[in-house]
Amino acid sequence: MDAEFSQTEGTCGRVKVLFFARAREIAGVSETSLGIDGAESSKTIKDCIDLLTKQFPGLEEIMSCIVVALNQEYADQSSLVKSGDELALIPPISGG
Amino acid sequence: MDLAREVQQLRLEKAKLEAELQSFRESASSATVSESCSLRDPTFCPATWLSGGQHYLDREMINRYSRQLLVPAFGVQGQLNLLKSSILVVGAGGLGSSAALYLAAAGIGCLGIVDHDNVELNNLHRQIIHSESSIGNSKVNSAATACNALFCYRINSMLKVVKHEVQLTANNSVDLINQYDVIVDATDNVPTRYLISDTCVALGKPLVSGAALGMDGQLTVYNFNGGPCYRCLFPVPPPQGACQRCSDSGVLGVVPGIIGAFQALEAIKIASGVGDPLSKRMLILDGFSTSIRVVKLRNRNPDCSVCRDGSQITEREIQELNYESFTGSSLSDKSPKPLSVLPDSQRITAKEYFDYLKEGHPHLLLDVREAHQYAISALPCSLNVPLAKLEDRLPEIKAAAQESQIIVLCRRGNDSQLAVKYLRENGKTEAVDIIGGLESWARDVDPRFPIY
Ligand SMILES: [Zn+2]
Repeated sequence: MDAEFSQTEGTCGRVKVLFFARAREIAGVSETSLGIDGAESSKTIKDCIDLLTKQFPGLEEIMSCIVVALNQEYADQSSLVKSGDELALIPPISGG
Repeated sequence: MDLAREVQQLRLEKAKLEAELQSFRESASSATVSESCSLRDPTFCPATWLSGGQHYLDREMINRYSRQLLVPAFGVQGQLNLLKSSILVVGAGGLGSSAALYLAAAGIGCLGIVDHDNVELNNLHRQIIHSESSIGNSKVNSAATACNALFCYRINSMLKVVKHEVQLTANNSVDLINQYDVIVDATDNVPTRYLISDTCVALGKPLVSGAALGMDGQLTVYNFNGGPCYRCLFPVPPPQGACQRCSDSGVLGVVPGIIGAFQALEAIKIASGVGDPLSKRMLILDGFSTSIRVVKLRNRNPDCSVCRDGSQITEREIQELNYESFTGSSLSDKSPKPLSVLPDSQRITAKEYFDYLKEGHPHLLLDVREAHQYAISALPCSLNVPLAKLEDRLPEIKAAAQESQIIVLCRRGNDSQLAVKYLRENGKTEAVDIIGGLESWARDVDPRFPIY
């Protein structure tokens, strides 16, 4: 099941989302894909996260302590995403 | 006759060697706790000095380390640098086992090991530095013995192992960490990770941080060459519910072994000045699909509360910080704090439940653990409905219980309280749970019940 920013497909691009560790456990999948509508204004990582927490409400509890990587690079929540980008949600693990 | 004399001669030599070995073992095991590492004393370096003041490797060192001397990027200079270095491994668990063994074998000068736990049977699948004979003994002693065994035929060991049989706390972290060149975080809990990182910032020490859980691993070098510290990346600790332990979530033994070996690699690179350490990058191991990614990390956070330029955390501030209340978890906890959701009147003890069974009290025993835990061991005639599925499967539970009482059970008596609360709110007003769960059952009723 993919989440969409907009119900109208149009020139819809997609962002790949990878879940790691606890995030994967909560989401129940190791990756998903978000649709981003080209007609609307640019989307940020924050927008993607809002959508993801709607789809996977359990993610809310770990969002405060998560590292988000955009195309394998640390990114803050205001960074813009475009079609074809890869987003990774990396919560810290502490076991040893 | 000659043969007999030769046998006799060999026996004498054997006895002599055994006596030397024994005396070496005694001196190794009598090393005092928290003994200070005397690396500041240049004569300590296991490499020998040339008259010109330069180090060189003796014949045995050349033989022992030959295969890494042959690595062009490492070579003699890398080995000499390593022999002069001191590395502290915090935690002699799954990560520390492989990290410490590789560091000892690689030929560092001084290896410090910190741990305050004893070896348990359920450690051995991943903590490969320990063995069955060490169960009940201190991990630090067990780990030190294994590292020293790499050099057990030498009277003057090339390696100095320093045992710190203490828990790392805000009061001793500065003193301990200050004695070493490189710090390896091989701990298993969140507050200690913040404490080690903060102390490394205060003292300017490079920190090789590893973590493993389930089939996942993470590795980063913090506070090195302008790279971020742990707090730059994780200014906010994970909420208590999200903070998982190996004792709850499990860990596949080889995963911390892999990450620990990576930690040894990074520590060796930093100590020898060879290669490109994993600073400003994080390695993420997904053991389930065998994929490794390296994510580029942020630079130091200019607003970091700990490593910010000009106002770095001080030794004093570390001692005044309460790492346990900051993270909401204990520096040494192995199991979650017992919840108290229910009043005592809604709970029974394992012994009381045993009496119910003997009296033939009609009831439904509901086990709310996850199915994979239920498969490990369970009481007979129990119905398994994981806590998360309670709502969906309520009709099924009600049908199974009919008019009789529901008695709820879990591993430790926490989830069972949440389940009783839910059941009581949904019509099953007689429901009770068993205090302490299966752990209490095994302790107070049936010692043969397998506990995990
Ligand atoms: Zn920082």
